[in-house]
Amino acid sequence: MTDAPVPADPTPWRRLHPRMLAVHPLHELVRALPVLVATLVVGVSTGNGGQWSLLASAGAVLLGPVRWYTTEFRVTEEQVQLRRGLLRRQVTSVPRERVRSVDVTAHLLHRMLGLARVDLGTGTGDRGTEGRLRLDALSAADADRLRAELFRTDMARPLSTELSSFRPAWLRYAPLNVGGPVLLALLAALLHEMSLDPWDSAPAHALADQLRGSHPWNGVLAAALAAVVCTTAASTLFYAVMFGNFRLSRLPDGTLQTSHGLLTTRTVTIEERRVRGIEIGETLPVRALGGARCVAITTGLRPGRGGGALLVPSAQVAHVRQVAIEVLRESAPVECALSPHPRRALRRRVVRSLLAVAAVAALFAAGVRWSVVPVWPWPAVALLFPLGVLLALDGYRSLGHARTGPYLVGRSGVLVRRRWALSHQGVVGLRLRGSFFQRRAGLVTLIATTAAGRRRYDLPDMDAVDALHVAQDLIPGMLDPFLEPAAEAGPRAAGPYASEARTGTSSAGAG
Amino acid sequence: MTAAGTAGPVLRRPEHRLDRRAVGYWTTRAACGWLLLAAAQTVWLLWASDGRRGLHLAALAVTAVAGAAHTLVMPSWRYRVHRWEAAPEALYTQTGWLVEERRIAPVSRIQTVDTARGPLEQLFGLTNVTVTTASAAGPVVIQGLGHTTAMELAAALTRRAQSTKGDAT
Repeated sequence: MTDAPVPADPTPWRRLHPRMLAVHPLHELVRALPVLVATLVVGVSTGNGGQWSLLASAGAVLLGPVRWYTTEFRVTEEQVQLRRGLLRRQVTSVPRERVRSVDVTAHLLHRMLGLARVDLGTGTGDRGTEGRLRLDALSAADADRLRAELFRTDMARPLSTELSSFRPAWLRYAPLNVGGPVLLALLAALLHEMSLDPWDSAPAHALADQLRGSHPWNGVLAAALAAVVCTTAASTLFYAVMFGNFRLSRLPDGTLQTSHGLLTTRTVTIEERRVRGIEIGETLPVRALGGARCVAITTGLRPGRGGGALLVPSAQVAHVRQVAIEVLRESAPVECALSPHPRRALRRRVVRSLLAVAAVAALFAAGVRWSVVPVWPWPAVALLFPLGVLLALDGYRSLGHARTGPYLVGRSGVLVRRRWALSHQGVVGLRLRGSFFQRRAGLVTLIATTAAGRRRYDLPDMDAVDALHVAQDLIPGMLDPFLEPAAEAGPRAAGPYASEARTGTSSAGAG
Repeated sequence: MTAAGTAGPVLRRPEHRLDRRAVGYWTTRAACGWLLLAAAQTVWLLWASDGRRGLHLAALAVTAVAGAAHTLVMPSWRYRVHRWEAAPEALYTQTGWLVEERRIAPVSRIQTVDTARGPLEQLFGLTNVTVTTASAAGPVVIQGLGHTTAMELAAALTRRAQSTKGDAT
């Protein structure tokens, strides 16, 4: 505590919207659900079930108004402050300059009451709730006003250019997302809780019998068919709910705004000056259907799916490329041809995949030998060999890199193929990585580290000399003190790993 | 691999080696880790008195062999490979033993310079220097520097980094 009194800021403290008093009890109940379930379990075993859970629920519900009453916030000229806590008063201050993202989210309950939750992100924490300020909730108008204030626009609705909006045709790519299995898993867990175990039902028993019987492949096919149908339905539902009403617009104040969600509308505002590039990604099934998705590589958001930098969800690849070009304002990074990587990379990948499949086959053989696993799946295991080679081939063909204008472009991946374009301004450091086998083959993986997006972007299995040229080009002058002309080096000393051949001469000087 | 006489520079390795005591330091750390694992396995062997003693003994033997090999080979290999160099514009390190990695961080993008000494480091008179950049994927770690060298390096880096403006993203 300082001795000199700090002049108090005259801006008054405001409370969150009083309609939250209706929302809080429900939220608290949902939050306290694990505790409630636990007390119920304990209660049932000791015979006082009802009373204990009632007491716990009452406690949870009472917390809501207390929390509302003790939470206040204010927006001053220089910072945003949030004050909360009853027993332990906590003041969180975020300088306005540090606010890098403003998320406005409205759950179903919020929408019914005309409220919205505002999340201010400073991008300092890559995990969870560090560096985020949550105002839950303000009225929808207040939330918009706060967002406009923080990004310094005027109150009148600015003219925005719409870059992309949801089309029903996108649902074609819906059955192939990860949301489906997740939903099904949740459903199965729920059914299990209600003692309606899906594994205990007649179809499941019939399937088990078939698998043990004389025509097990029929059972496998039936199970696969059922799985595909269920996953497709669940995934489509998930996609429609998650990305229905999707809109991407460019606002004249230099921000990109996305909003999506049928039930819960989530709006993310990204400052264009923080965008360092884009990434177009396709999972294998989506790629097969001619689809892709686009994510912005930007500082100030958490990496990964929760980061909110999605520009276009799974949609037609032509449309996705068009949007990416409009976001970057140039077409070269999205459309330019990529130089392939050396053939040696293909050899490595094929060898690796064959080794992996051989390991699986060996395990399978051991399992059959010790009667842990039945014999009949052997065609599937045999099929893995050509499949592995095909995947390795595809993986090699997807490798590529290019340098156009200010961007470094790279592509890699099989199950998820990603083509990314990163501006050289965003590159914070470089890593050159080589395993023993890579070094022997004269290959190296160049990793550009950045404060944006996934934080690291790899160019796997590049020719070592090419990697050096790309690195020098990317950050001119940084590598100069560490370079030496190749003329002194012997025949084996090509590429960045010149050290091994010259150990004799250099260790005397440096050691 | 390109043939002899190809024009074009190569990236040489960094100039400075780590402190000699780092070998002892890594050996001690590895030995402690493996001994802990072996102790846990022995406890399990003695406590779980089911009939699978053969399996337990085999696992213990594997741990002993792997542990001995790792503890003997890794520290001197690492000492040969790990190097560092600080130029006015960049910090350059080489690390790893099975997988070699070279990291180059421009001084203008350095955000923090941390020096750390745990009890084991103090025993060997070493210090670990961690230089972070704005990217979570890019910290440059130099483990096993002599204490004075580490402090000089940290001071030099902080001085040079401070002379660059901006928030380094």
